[in-house]
Amino acid sequence: MIREQEMTIRFAAYPENEQFARIVITAFLMDLNPLVDEMADIKTAVSEAVTNAIIHGYENCMGEVTMTCKKQGDLITITVLDEGCGIADIARAREPFFTTKPEAERSGMGFSFMEMFMDEIHITSERGQGTCVEMKKQLHLQEGSS
Amino acid sequence: MEFQYETKTGCLRIFTPREIDECAASEMREEADMLIDNYQIRHLIFDFSNTEFMDSSGIGMLIGRSRKMGYTGGSVVAENLNGRVQKIFTLAGLPKLITVVKEANHD
Repeated sequence: MIREQEMTIRFAAYPENEQFARIVITAFLMDLNPLVDEMADIKTAVSEAVTNAIIHGYENCMGEVTMTCKKQGDLITITVLDEGCGIADIARAREPFFTTKPEAERSGMGFSFMEMFMDEIHITSERGQGTCVEMKKQLHLQEGSS
Repeated sequence: MEFQYETKTGCLRIFTPREIDECAASEMREEADMLIDNYQIRHLIFDFSNTEFMDSSGIGMLIGRSRKMGYTGGSVVAENLNGRVQKIFTLAGLPKLITVVKEANHD
């Protein structure tokens, strides 16, 4: 039988909480004993999604970010949701090096990294309503892990 | 967060923190620019010995410093990258802008 487990955290949109989100994901996935590289990939993708929510979604204003993570056997699904300004053009936002904030020295690599480090990514966004990023990754469990 | 750094006649070595995300990147940006201007830095070295994690906010900060140094004809070097940071550098095309040195040449 495949064991399922899900968790949700909601936190203030402060950049300091990016580290908190990474720590929570790491702790939640610890029992699956993921490969070091897989864990690093997931941490980077989470960091990118949460940074986007804080910097672009709320533009550093007050707001809250909701992150959920679901484990279904060795399949991981992570969603990062904000109720911020939304994305005007999702296809453009996904282009490597495209950024709406070049003056703030944003690299424009956020969505590219999420795509490179996760197996699947789905973005839904509504202007003035917010953005939801769903990312999936299949872990390759190591010998000896349950 | 405080960053360790060394300056020596126009040369600045910044020891980057364990994790470089938006928080760390924005502090490094401010501090590095202040040091570059105050000490008339011509040669900037990022020493990644302590860094285990970097996301795209770090890339933006590094590209920005590379541009800033470029305006005055200065150079930027990155040293002691672990496998993960090296991967991020490569995926973002950073080695085109910043010279990556595999082994540290401690002087």
